[in-house]
Amino acid sequence: MISVENVSKTFTLHNQGGTVIPVMEGGSLSVAPGECVALVGASGSGKSTLMRMIYGNYLAASGRIMVGDVDVAQAEPREILALRRERLGYVSQFLRVVPRVATLDVVAEPLLALGVARDAARERASALLARLNIPERLWALSPTTFSGGEQQRVNIARGFAHDYPALLLDEPTASLDAANREQVMALIEEAKARGAAIVGIFHDVEARDRVCDRVVDVTGFTPVRVV
Amino acid sequence: MKDMAMTEAGLSPLLRVEGLAKRYGARIGCTEVSFDLWPGEVMGIVGESGSGKTTLLNCLAGQLAPDAGRVLFDTRGRGMVDTLTMSESERRMLGRTDWAFVHQHAQDGLRMNVSAGGNVGERLMAVGAQHYGDIRDKAIDWLDRVEIAEDRVDDRPSAFSGGMRQRLQIARNLVTGPRLVFMDEPTGGLDVSVQARLLDLLRGLVREMGLSAIIVTHDLAVVRLLADRLMVMKSGHVVETGLTDQVLDDPQHAYTQLLVSSVLQV
Repeated sequence: MISVENVSKTFTLHNQGGTVIPVMEGGSLSVAPGECVALVGASGSGKSTLMRMIYGNYLAASGRIMVGDVDVAQAEPREILALRRERLGYVSQFLRVVPRVATLDVVAEPLLALGVARDAARERASALLARLNIPERLWALSPTTFSGGEQQRVNIARGFAHDYPALLLDEPTASLDAANREQVMALIEEAKARGAAIVGIFHDVEARDRVCDRVVDVTGFTPVRVV
Repeated sequence: MKDMAMTEAGLSPLLRVEGLAKRYGARIGCTEVSFDLWPGEVMGIVGESGSGKTTLLNCLAGQLAPDAGRVLFDTRGRGMVDTLTMSESERRMLGRTDWAFVHQHAQDGLRMNVSAGGNVGERLMAVGAQHYGDIRDKAIDWLDRVEIAEDRVDDRPSAFSGGMRQRLQIARNLVTGPRLVFMDEPTGGLDVSVQARLLDLLRGLVREMGLSAIIVTHDLAVVRLLADRLMVMKSGHVVETGLTDQVLDDPQHAYTQLLVSSVLQV
């Protein structure tokens, strides 16, 4: 479902003397449906960079990034938008929303974008919010004023609202208490069981060992830096 | 519904712009602008003032005559037609039906001495609506959709706040069910709390109506929330295009990097 082949990435800082920073070389991995692969490596080794390239958030300098039949490294914006809407989900570490929009609608939005009827989308959103222990009295409020942990759970609910066949998870269990962590682990296991291909970053080793089938060490893709 | 727009999205672009250029004497307004806009897509045009983004928007919307290029629109009747060479009456009709233009200053897009209901109804009458009761009902429905209470329908926009005027302008523009909306700094000059409300409203309308839109703004936070794609302009040239989050998070051009790094963090 997800196949990354020989991907490289450099950042060119035009306003800082044109400094070129190579951050990845020969990045490769593949994830089958129903499989969860963990990216590991020290901080700064490129885990998030690789994940962002798979999502199309960072441009790859070279290589192929296939998600289904779309090469994210080459695709037009509208192809990537359709991919994100229908097939590729991403739970980032931070929630970014329009201020004022109710939590329930924030979570239902990916379904509305797919054309799901409002009532059905809200029903699904309610079920997820309840499962992740967001008190119902908060659902009508904007999540912008919520605590960090609550925002993260809203973000997870939103990421799992639609059954994406491919999912990217950036530290989904960070800053969660035991009960909520358990719910997130269960959501991941259910996604795998229905055949989702998952790439995740987990600093929580216990969580990683439980849900991930394999580990890819991105340190192997770090270019040799001339210091 | 957006899903309908989406299933049609594979067929052909709604708008195709080829080699558009406008000069003011020796100075470049905008030049070599080409892009396709697909049904349901929202494209943001960003750049500092003087970068040519408003000139470009005005050329696209038929408010300013470009010196070169083509602006092809997928018309309901005749397919792709160059709007720059169509007859004046045909272009005027397009401006009342499939196209809409939301101005930065609501007073430029409203009739200030006509009631709110009249402002919305007028556009309906321009496309042939005649039954007073129907027009009034539809106007009230649209005022409700932009969160203007029914008891304000007979008030003039001069009695409205800036945010209300902008919402009224949006209702007036969208009541005829356009397919393409041009917006020039739609949230400019509004309080941030009013901006958020307007952004939420615009996002909902774009999704529900399957609208395509081109939004000119200097506010990167606005395009991050509203636009699917971005076009970055500098000195009349398009220097970078791409997915909105990709352009903002991984800008490639020196000017875009400068723009993004200059935003104040709150």
